[in-house]
Amino acid sequence: MIVVIGSWAIVLAMLLVLIRAFRGPTVYDRILAVNSFGTLTVILITFYGFLSDRPDFLDLALVYALISFIGTIAVSKYIRYARLGDHNPDDPAGDI
Amino acid sequence: MPVETLLSLLSGALILSGALFCLIGALGIVRLPDVFSRMHGAGIIDTLGLLLIMAGFVLLAGMNLISVKLLMIVGFVFFTSPIATHALSRACLNGGIKPYENKKDTPENKDKAS
Repeated sequence: MIVVIGSWAIVLAMLLVLIRAFRGPTVYDRILAVNSFGTLTVILITFYGFLSDRPDFLDLALVYALISFIGTIAVSKYIRYARLGDHNPDDPAGDI
Repeated sequence: MPVETLLSLLSGALILSGALFCLIGALGIVRLPDVFSRMHGAGIIDTLGLLLIMAGFVLLAGMNLISVKLLMIVGFVFFTSPIATHALSRACLNGGIKPYENKKDTPENKDKAS
C-alpha cells in the first residue's frame, strides 16, 4: 500500500519535472530537468521492482543511473563546445 | 511489538518521507526563478529523496543481494550527481547565463525605501 502511494508520488514529481523540461526558457533548464527525470526514473524502476516482486529490475536501475550521468555530462559539453576536449590545461573544453 | 512490524512501519515512514522530498524538489524545479536556483531542487531529489527511499527499501528487503544493489545505486548517484550539477553550472556560466538577483532587496534600495 505504501509502495503504491510512493510510486504515485514519484509519477507526480516526474510530471512536474516534465513541465520544466517543456517550458524551460534556456537549454540548461531542459538539461537540468532531464537529469532529475533520470534520477526519478531510477527511483520508479526500483518501486516497480518491489511492486511486482521481481527485484531483478535493480540492475536496470543501476545501469540507468550511470547512463543518465554520462548523458548529462556529454550534452552539457556539447552545447558549448560541440566536442569533449583534449587532456591538457590549455583547452577549456577539457575541464569538466 | 514484533520486529517485523517495527521494520515495516519504519520502512514505510522512510519511503513516504523520501517521496515527499521528491515532490518538494520537483516543485522547486518548477517554481524557482533561475537555472542556478533550480539546481537546489535537483539536489534535493538526488540526495534526500533517493537516499530515504533506498533506505526504506533496504529495511524492507533485509540483508541480501538486493540491499547491496540498492546501496550501490545510492553510492553511484552520490558520486555522479554533484559532478553533473557542477558541469552543468560551468556550462551555464560559459554560455553567458547571469545569476538571478532580486533587485528589490539590495542594500541601496533598502536605504532608499526607509
